[in-house]
This record gives sequence, C-alpha cells and structure tokens, in this order.
Amino acid sequence: MNPLTLAKISLRALLRNRMRTFLSVLGIVIGVAAVITMVAMGEGSRQSIKEQMTSMGTNAIIVMPNWNRRGGVQAESSEMLEEKDVIAIRENATYINGVSPMITVNGQAIVGNNNSPTTLSGISADYLKIRNYEIEDGVMFDDAADRMAKVCVIGQTVVKNLFAGENPIGKTIRYKSIPLKVIGTLKSKGSGDFGQDNDDVIFTPYQTVMRRFSATTNIRQIYANSIGEGYAQKATEEIMGILKERRNWTKPTDPFRVFTQEEMITMVTSTSDMLALVLTVIAGISLFVGGIGIMNIMYVSVTERTKEIGLRMAIGARGRDILMQFLFESVTISLMGGVIGILLGVAASQIVKTVMGWPMIVSFASVIISFAVCFATGVFFGWYPARKASKLDPIEALRYE
Amino acid sequence: MSSDLPILSIENLRRDFKMGSETVHALRGVSFDIFPGQFVTIMGTSGSGKSTMLNILGCMDKPTSGHYILDGEHTERLSRDALARIRGKKIGFVFQNYNLLSRTTAIENVELPLLYNSGVSSAERRRRALEALDMVGLSDRVNHLPNQMSGGQQQRVAIARALVNDPVIILADEATGNLDTRTSYEIMMIFQELHRQGKTIAFVTHEPDIATFSERTITLRDGLVKKDETHEMQDAKAAFDALPPPEEFE
Repeated sequence: MNPLTLAKISLRALLRNRMRTFLSVLGIVIGVAAVITMVAMGEGSRQSIKEQMTSMGTNAIIVMPNWNRRGGVQAESSEMLEEKDVIAIRENATYINGVSPMITVNGQAIVGNNNSPTTLSGISADYLKIRNYEIEDGVMFDDAADRMAKVCVIGQTVVKNLFAGENPIGKTIRYKSIPLKVIGTLKSKGSGDFGQDNDDVIFTPYQTVMRRFSATTNIRQIYANSIGEGYAQKATEEIMGILKERRNWTKPTDPFRVFTQEEMITMVTSTSDMLALVLTVIAGISLFVGGIGIMNIMYVSVTERTKEIGLRMAIGARGRDILMQFLFESVTISLMGGVIGILLGVAASQIVKTVMGWPMIVSFASVIISFAVCFATGVFFGWYPARKASKLDPIEALRYE
Repeated sequence: MSSDLPILSIENLRRDFKMGSETVHALRGVSFDIFPGQFVTIMGTSGSGKSTMLNILGCMDKPTSGHYILDGEHTERLSRDALARIRGKKIGFVFQNYNLLSRTTAIENVELPLLYNSGVSSAERRRRALEALDMVGLSDRVNHLPNQMSGGQQQRVAIARALVNDPVIILADEATGNLDTRTSYEIMMIFQELHRQGKTIAFVTHEPDIATFSERTITLRDGLVKKDETHEMQDAKAAFDALPPPEEFE
C-alpha cells in the first residue's frame, strides 16, 4: 500500500472520531508544552547565572581560608591569609595577571543627611581589572602612593544615594566616623539577577581597612586572575604552591581553598541545574502519561474496529497493512500533539518572560528533541495495539459484534 | 456446464477444530469442482460445515488436510500474506450484514479492495469503483453514506465492492439473509445478471428458495456433500414480478 493511501485511510479514521482524537492529542500537547516550558526555564536561569558569574570578572580566581566543617559547626580556620601572601603571589606567580586582597567592613556611608548601607571593600588596584571595573571619572588609587590613605572610589549606586546629581569627586564620605575622600567613580556594571548590585561598592586601599577600620593583619580573600582562558588550573596550582611554600606546608590537606570562576559557575548552576532537571523529568512524565493515553485510545480503537479490521483483511489487507494503518494513526496523534505542544510551550515561555520577567530561553534543541520524542512515543505506544490488530484472525474479527 | 478447466477445485477437504479435549470434524472429506461462469449455491443447515467451507474457499482459513486449488494456485501451503494477496486479487466477498465501513461513502467503500492493490492508481481506482456501482444500479448513490441507504442498497454497494477487483470468483455468504423477500429477489436479479456476464459465483445459503435462482446446488450435511445437482435456473426477475405488490401503509 502506498504511503499516501495509508495516510488517507488513517486520517479518515481519526476524523471519524474527532472528540477522541482531540482528547488523546491534548494529552501529548500538555506533556510537550510542559517539557518545552520547563527546559526554557532551566536554560534561562542557567544562562542568567552564567552572565552573572561572568560579570564577576574574567578568569577570576578566589583564594579563601579552608574552613573545616564538622557536624555543621564551623570550626576555626587553621590558616589565615595575610598581606605577605598577596605580595608573594604578585612577585612569584607567572600564570597570574593581577592579584588583590579583599577585606570588607560593614557599615553606613554618610554624606550630610544622606546615607548608604554599603560594604566598604579594601582592595588593591588590580582588583578593578580582575572584576572588570572601569573608572568613569577621576582616578583609581595607587597601591604604593595611597597606602593607608583615606581615599575611596565609589560605584554609581553610591553616587546616586549620597550625592544626588552633584559631582562626588573631591567630596568626603564618612564611614564609621572616618572621612574618606572620593577620588574616582566607577562605570556602571548593572545588577545581576541575584539581586546584588555591582554598583553598590566603595573601594579603598586594603591597608586603609586593615589599619584604620578593622585593626587586623588577616585577609579574608585573595582575588587574582589568570593570564588567559585555559590557564586557570595552572594558576591555581601555582598559587597553592606559593602559599604552601611560605608555610612549609606538609599536611596532605590544602591550607586554603582556591576557586576558579568555572568552578564557582558550576557550583552555583548545579543547584539550578538540578531544579531544571527535576522539572523536566516531571514534564517528561506527563508526556509519558500522554503516551499511555494514546496506547489506551489505540486499544479501544482496535477493539471497537475489530470488524473493520476483519473486513479489510477479507478484502486483501495483509497484517502489515493493518499494522501500518494503526501505527500511522498513533504517530499522527502524537505528532499533532507535538506540533501544537511546541507552539503552546513557546507561547507559554514568552508569556512567563514578559509577564513575570523570568529569564526564559527556548532552545532549538529542545524543540527538535520534543518532536523526536513525540514520534517515538507514537511508535512505542502505538506498536502494541497495532500489532494486536495485525494479528487478528479475519474470520473471528468479522464475526465480532 | 462449461468444459473448461475448473476455476476452483477441492479434493478430499477436511477441517478439524480442537475444542478443548474434543476434536470437531467440521468437514470430513469434501470434493467438488466449480467451473468458470458457474452460479453455484452451497446449501446446508447450521452445523453442516458450510461456514467452514466458505472460510476455506475464501482463503481465510486453511484445511486440515486435502487440496484446494483456486485459479491454478495451491492454497494449502500459502503464508498469511500470500493468502491476503489472493483474497485481494481473486476473491470478491459479499457478507450477510454487508460489512460496509460506517461514515464512509459508497464509492470509498467500493474502492477499498483496490487500496490494498498497489498497482492501481487513484484515478483508475475511482473509474473502476464508478463502473462497479453502475453495474449494481447505484450510479446515483455514489456519495451516500451507509446509514443513508436501505438494506438492499447497502448490499448492492457490497456487491460492487466484490466486483471492483475483478475477482475470479464471487463468494456470497447468506447475502440475502438480512433482507425481505422483495429485496432478496432484487439482489438475486443482480447475481443472475453477473452470471450472464460470465462471472463465477458461489452463493452460500440455508434457504432452498434462494437456491432455485442458481444453476447448481451443492448440499452439505454433517461435513460431507450430501447432494450435488445441476438444475434449471429460476428467473429472479419473473419471481420478483410475480410477488404481490408491497402493502401500502396508511
């Protein structure tokens, strides 16, 4: 039997039972639309987290004390970072472009009647290129010349909060009663989807924080960036080597934790990936249930049309012809459901994006895969009923009432 | 009787059915030939084996032993698919309950056997279906659905469907069983017309009345041929005309 005739026979049978066809198509539509939307949601959040992490800087590496956790209680760190570590890395590391300590102080920045609850970050000048900050106006402080100086560079949010349209350069900010002179402003980096604001920053030389604010020699974190993509691993090993050497470290465990940007991305995205996976699996289950719906309908259809099958066989249809007819019907149902479901899923993703403002990305691959899965669903769930139909005995099928 | 080779030849045909531990012998060794152009009635009461006979003649069932040669082809050893091919090309079925596809027009019902014959184009299919419908006098009912037609008209669609693949034999199974006397005679007129055109017809019935419209009657009883006689063919048109006019209901 040629495919065109086959299509004609199958489509006619589907049209004869419009309501039933519609309902089984609906099962697939819901499944596919759910899959498309869930995957779009997962992909969207993954992309936005990725962008977020990229805004952190390029090829960034962060060194932190290795906090030992036991039974959920945070134990004292065995080793702390100090200024000499920064200097050692700057002088000896070859896979590093820049390095900066990071010490933070929490408090209020005050100018006249305005205040801004902004964290004060003690850094060195390299921090700007590590985190991709650029100076908009004024200058960045110099590590040597401005050692312990009461100067600062501020982000645009702080400019807005404290200076309301005035030029902040040369003005003074009071932070914990200590006056800091504004010598530069940063270009806006915008905020990420996490809600944290990259422009809500006040930078000051790290020695200023160490000596004037927190009276400590410990450094919380060291930021560095590797010389290029692909050198993260080497740079990490090099930094760890320098830190160990300074301490004559012999224990098998590392004294510090070093994160590369890729690792941080992986860490942060793994949660959202897991969520996306769970959602997709649930959506997949609904597609599976839709498939069972098809199987059910095809079974009813085969039983109800036993006499028709008997007649078709009596007038020359081979088992194969009957098999193909019913298989074609189930695949038509599933593909129709697939096409409508994809359209619905894309539409739903757009609606969620515009109405709720969630990042949604419908990937071409998810559309193609959904379509392929629909085809497979049709064949898989249509196979058994179709097989049953094709194996009927024409005599008994004709006698069936 | 024609002097040609038989179009259909059965020899010592047996068919046993296993019913649990018992074996039912539906056919116990039946032999006969049917020659091209013959109009044969196969008679028998229920349990005589005539349905089994028809199923085997229609290539829907295989004998337990014996031979069945249709149009020069031994059918006993053929596969399911090969039997389906024979049914599609050499046999035209007419059933008691018409077996038309519901919600499907007359012409589409008639075209059905040709759909399973890939050698026929769709234009050719339509032409032959129209021709067959014309032969049974339904040119004006081409696009009617089965539920828009009387029983007699539906059976004529079924006859057209049996003719459309130009079979070597038409097998009718109680084709008048669901019809009143007048309509039965009309249907027999069509079969007699087909006979005049040279078609070979095997007509299974349990009504002796209907058998008189054929030229030969094979009577089965308990799985054996009890009688096989050639006789005068009663004219269905004359019998129809002789019927009292249909009663008028107020």
